[in-house]
Amino acid sequence: MTKTAATFDVKELLLTFRILRKNVLSVIGIIVVICFLGTAVAVTIFGTGITPYDPNVISLEAAFLPPSSQHMMGTDNLGRDILSRTIAASPIDAEIALLIVGCSAFIGTTLGSLAGYLGGRVDEVIMRITDVFLAFPSLVLAVAVGVALGPGVVHVIEANLVAWWPVYARLARAGAASLRDSQFVEAARVAGLSKLSIIREHIIPNNIAPILVYGTLDLGGAILYASVLSYLGLGAQPPQSEWGRMVFDGQTFLAQSWWMSIMPGLVIFVVALGFNLFGDALRDALDPRYRK
Amino acid sequence: MIQELLRVEGLVKYFPAKGAMFYSETGLLEKGSRVHALDGVSFSLDHNSTLGIVGESGCGKTTLARAILFLSRPTAGKVIFEGNDLTDMSYGQLAKLRPNMQLVSQDPFSSLDPRMRAKRIIAEPLRVVNKNKDEVDERVKMVFEQVGLSQEQLNRFPNEFSGGQRQRIAVARAISTKPKLVVLDEPTSALDASTQAQILNLLWHIQSDYKISYLFISHNVSVVRHMSDRIAVMYLGKVVELGQAVDITRNPKHPYTAALISSVPKPNPELRGEVVEIRGETPSPVNPPSGCRYHPRCPYAKENCQQVGPNLVKTEDDRYVACHYPLS
Amino acid sequence: MPLTQDTESEESVLNVQNLKLVFETIQGSFHALNGIDLQIGRKEILGLVGESGCGKSSLALCAIGLLPPESARILDGKILFKGQDLLALNEKEMEKVRGTGISMIFQEPLTCLNPLFTIGDQLGESVKVSFERRQSSRNTSKSEDAKEEATRWLKRVGLPDPTGALERYPHELSGGMRQRVMIAMALAAKPSLMLADEPTSAVDVTTQAQVLKLIRSLVDEVGTSVLFISHDLAVIAQIADRVAVMYAGMVMEEGAVNEVFKQPSHPYTQALLRSFPSDEAKGRDLDIIPGSVPDLMSSPGGCPFHPRCKNAKYDCKIKAPEFREVSPGHRVACEDFRSLSLY
Repeated sequence: MTKTAATFDVKELLLTFRILRKNVLSVIGIIVVICFLGTAVAVTIFGTGITPYDPNVISLEAAFLPPSSQHMMGTDNLGRDILSRTIAASPIDAEIALLIVGCSAFIGTTLGSLAGYLGGRVDEVIMRITDVFLAFPSLVLAVAVGVALGPGVVHVIEANLVAWWPVYARLARAGAASLRDSQFVEAARVAGLSKLSIIREHIIPNNIAPILVYGTLDLGGAILYASVLSYLGLGAQPPQSEWGRMVFDGQTFLAQSWWMSIMPGLVIFVVALGFNLFGDALRDALDPRYRK
Repeated sequence: MIQELLRVEGLVKYFPAKGAMFYSETGLLEKGSRVHALDGVSFSLDHNSTLGIVGESGCGKTTLARAILFLSRPTAGKVIFEGNDLTDMSYGQLAKLRPNMQLVSQDPFSSLDPRMRAKRIIAEPLRVVNKNKDEVDERVKMVFEQVGLSQEQLNRFPNEFSGGQRQRIAVARAISTKPKLVVLDEPTSALDASTQAQILNLLWHIQSDYKISYLFISHNVSVVRHMSDRIAVMYLGKVVELGQAVDITRNPKHPYTAALISSVPKPNPELRGEVVEIRGETPSPVNPPSGCRYHPRCPYAKENCQQVGPNLVKTEDDRYVACHYPLS
Repeated sequence: MPLTQDTESEESVLNVQNLKLVFETIQGSFHALNGIDLQIGRKEILGLVGESGCGKSSLALCAIGLLPPESARILDGKILFKGQDLLALNEKEMEKVRGTGISMIFQEPLTCLNPLFTIGDQLGESVKVSFERRQSSRNTSKSEDAKEEATRWLKRVGLPDPTGALERYPHELSGGMRQRVMIAMALAAKPSLMLADEPTSAVDVTTQAQVLKLIRSLVDEVGTSVLFISHDLAVIAQIADRVAVMYAGMVMEEGAVNEVFKQPSHPYTQALLRSFPSDEAKGRDLDIIPGSVPDLMSSPGGCPFHPRCKNAKYDCKIKAPEFREVSPGHRVACEDFRSLSLY
């Protein structure tokens, strides 16, 4: 009988790390993720003091400078150092991505687990609602809700939540339905546990692995979606820098100062890719068959 | 009534057959639409004794275990536990009785939640009825030692234990609430011979310490014979023979029981005896044979065996046989 | 030299010599077999018995060349099949040996039955192979003959409607019938050796009795030798001519089945036999072997059974036991064995 979830004790963690270490791509992914999160945390704690230049200082003499040793990513139309702005934006994007994925996973897992375990009418209702949301292309849905809510970081998160939770619900439901028949759940029923207790203590903890893997992969996507929304003007408002916004701002100057859009765009690409690689690697590492 | 702990009367459980378009409890729609997992099972179990249920695949013994514990509601019939009729009880009412009826399942690898430590697994049934943390802790420690495991392993996860040790944890969980009845569904079938012996000994000692009744379900005739006071032999959803364990195995009266007992290989090469004839294979429980369900395979079957199904009748003191022409 | 039954390597169908097998895993090296010596003579059924993890399946898979090449590594030893070392053959040569020389049946018949082909097609392959071997010239056998022979085989293994079964697909048959078809396929090519890996462990006891009877009679008829693997001592007692008891990758005791069961000499064999629930043990504790099967991740020193052995001495910890003779043909891997007389 193979286990359906990873057990998080020390031996298993070490095995996970050993497997992760072996693959070059997964190592790259891990490095990127760590750099990103580390930067975000550093900026949150120490403020913009740690960036090479103040990201908000306007200096028209320094405008439109191409990438050089002094300004690694060049400067924008207002003379602000792009690298500094990128770094300063990282906590925003980190926060947005983590909150989107975290909240979607929470809502989706709760609803999906209820549907999968309880079955019957509850299952039908929840799954039909999920289907309705899934019928929309998620980006369109997120944009539509975002526009309706108006600009602002919180609204970006809420808009994306609406589009993201259904997939977690589906995942959680599938897991819950298969766990429902397992012997340890039966043992819990024989022990007299209430249905909600069983869901909370047995179903959800054993279903974490696929949610976790999917969530990690999703973080890359979440950053992309958040960038799109802020590109459209819905996210963080000036002067706060945000990657998607920076891409938009640089568009008009694309011919002569390509670095204004391309640099933040590259950063978005690299971070999203990093999360994808990490998610892939995590999925492989947690796969019980691979571990044998 | 004081002697009887559990009584099962006419227990029936049907399932919709795979691919069946219409499923009806009354079977009015096409024949072949339901699985006759249990078709009228009756027996009783006294306090502090062991009833063995033995049978091969398709006989319904696992369905029986689940029906008695109300993990799935019977289609018909009654389950009476300590005088209480469980049949019409709600989830909540049943929950109150659960501490007295526990379960040890077959697969030690999937009967314990892999994400929980041993301590919490064992405490689970107890915490439902006892909110006092200290008392629960005490009891868990005591029970853990009783099943032969050492205290420092309490905080380990199931995958750190061997198959035999996990069954011990399962037993500890089952007895944590001091139940009157423990249903054992193939408790040693997934274990090696030497581990099996250890677990059987453990079960034996637990029973004499706690005066528990066991419903011991297994396809392994030798094991059932060793552990049981009385045995019920099942075939295709019905009990075909019921009586004292030693009597039944030495002197079977139903042709199926005779074939079953004689098929069991003995660990002695000088006893390569003749097997009582049994033809063909077990039919599917979706379409059980008419009349006596065993008649297509029975070397002694006669005309009326195909028409009329035999009832379980008493042939002598504590022996019941469902056969028109029992062996002598 | 007296003309007794000789077990010289020229006579034996299978001769395993000092086989050592290791599996490489992420967590380390797993020593599955630690120096196995076994022979199977012509028309002989050797029962290989042991608990899970003792290496018995690995031995069979090694002989037929079905071990995963990424992780399995032969450290030492030979497997002589009719004098030829199987371990020295490449995959192409091994393919020639499989089917006609050595065949195998498993616990789950679906592992060797292709769901996309009818029974007739699959059984027909084995039958055609046996035809090709019999004929000195290489003209292809007529499919009519093959069909007839296949039908005969299905009848022989007890299928109720042999002609009809030829046209059916594996999933249309019941488990017991698939088992019989698998046996027919394994024996139709008339191999010299059949490896049977727990063929009756997944079936009901009544079906098991029928299958054992079938195997016994077919093997007599066809003249095949059998390596019958099981964890169940009672099954071995019923079908084997000789028995080898394995523990943790080593053979602990070996001999004629009557001898070993009557006079078990290794403490492990004795304990296994005494742990059987029987009428006599009713109400009493079964004799148990304390502790559990060892972890084979480290190369064992000395006798693998010593941590659980009542008679263990200091030497047992450091020196691997050598075989001692209990009686002609019955040997035990124990320095200080005490035979029991069980009946």
